[in-house]
Amino acid sequence: MLEGKKPEFWRWTESNWINPDIGWEEARFITLGIDVGSVSSQAVIMTDGNMYAYGNMRTGADSPNSARNALKFALEKTTLNEDKISYCIGTGYGRVNVPMADRTVTEIACHARGANFFYGSKVRTVLDVGGQDIKAIRCDEKGKVTNFLMNDKCAAGTGRGMEVFADLLSVPIGEVGERSYLVEKEPPAVSSTCVVYAKSEATSLLRKGLSTNEVLAAYCSAMAERIYSLLKRIGIEPEFAITGGMAKNIGVVGRLTKKMGLEPLKTSWDTQLAGAAGAALFGFALCHKRNG
Amino acid sequence: MLANYGYSDGSGNYFITIDTDKCNACGECVEACPANIFEMADEDPNDPMNAEPLPIVLPEKKNKLKYECATCKPSGDNRPTLPCVMVCEGCAITHSW
Repeated sequence: MLEGKKPEFWRWTESNWINPDIGWEEARFITLGIDVGSVSSQAVIMTDGNMYAYGNMRTGADSPNSARNALKFALEKTTLNEDKISYCIGTGYGRVNVPMADRTVTEIACHARGANFFYGSKVRTVLDVGGQDIKAIRCDEKGKVTNFLMNDKCAAGTGRGMEVFADLLSVPIGEVGERSYLVEKEPPAVSSTCVVYAKSEATSLLRKGLSTNEVLAAYCSAMAERIYSLLKRIGIEPEFAITGGMAKNIGVVGRLTKKMGLEPLKTSWDTQLAGAAGAALFGFALCHKRNG
Repeated sequence: MLANYGYSDGSGNYFITIDTDKCNACGECVEACPANIFEMADEDPNDPMNAEPLPIVLPEKKNKLKYECATCKPSGDNRPTLPCVMVCEGCAITHSW
């Protein structure tokens, strides 16, 4: 029997970019931040603390290779080559396995620094919803962490959970947010945030006759609830910003905004880049410190 | 900085908070903990611009604090003061449960 390849609904689009207004030749320091996460890897290249180029792609099974591929992807549109880079910082889950890194910095510090750069110095509370963890961070006007919490014990409320739901309901992951709002009446949230329990609960909701969109709404609601409870633990102070892939999911962000009564800041940058951008900025700061 | 190490799952919230502003980096908590959950780091892993040593909760223990800390937390009303909390001069360590 012939069977077509099953579409992968969790797949999101990889991208790379170069800043056409900047030439790297005049830069004093070219720094690189590589964020090897559980799901995605980013390489951000900065020239004297300005965004120059980036690559954003999926993490493979092998961390060193993911780091190399992300860098190659970021360099693709540039005339720059690797040995022009003055300093490289690795961050994220796979940071110890970034072969070109001069040093590593935790993703908590990098996300706070990156959010400060993307959203401005008024950011005080940063939420990062990554592939397999949630980080709630409070920071000062310089992007220095003052209070943080990271939950990577389970995938509840993370991008991985959303991937599982996208796949289960055959909805492309980029459409989950919009579709979760195409419901006449908001259904009650899925009672369990644990991905495995939530999946079986969703299956029984479908059998009860709920539409795909209603089940998505119920899960987005549960995720917002979960994320809100973690944020409350560190205390929410405006302004508030969301980084990581989940910031692109309006279904979760919208419901979280309603719970918090606080609108998150907006940025034109890809929110997934915050960690790598923060790493590149730390690289720049360290170069400065070293060279006076 | 308030560094919250731990997790929240279906059974509850398990966080140890180290207030790095109150901590004098004496390292007593590392010695006092019977489960060896603390370690002195050469520098703050969450602040690359600060090269001062400070205690952290070991990454491999932070996701099982409920069990690691169980010996110091007998059930019942008369819970003794936790060794890590007792030795900390600056009262920098707190437990959420």
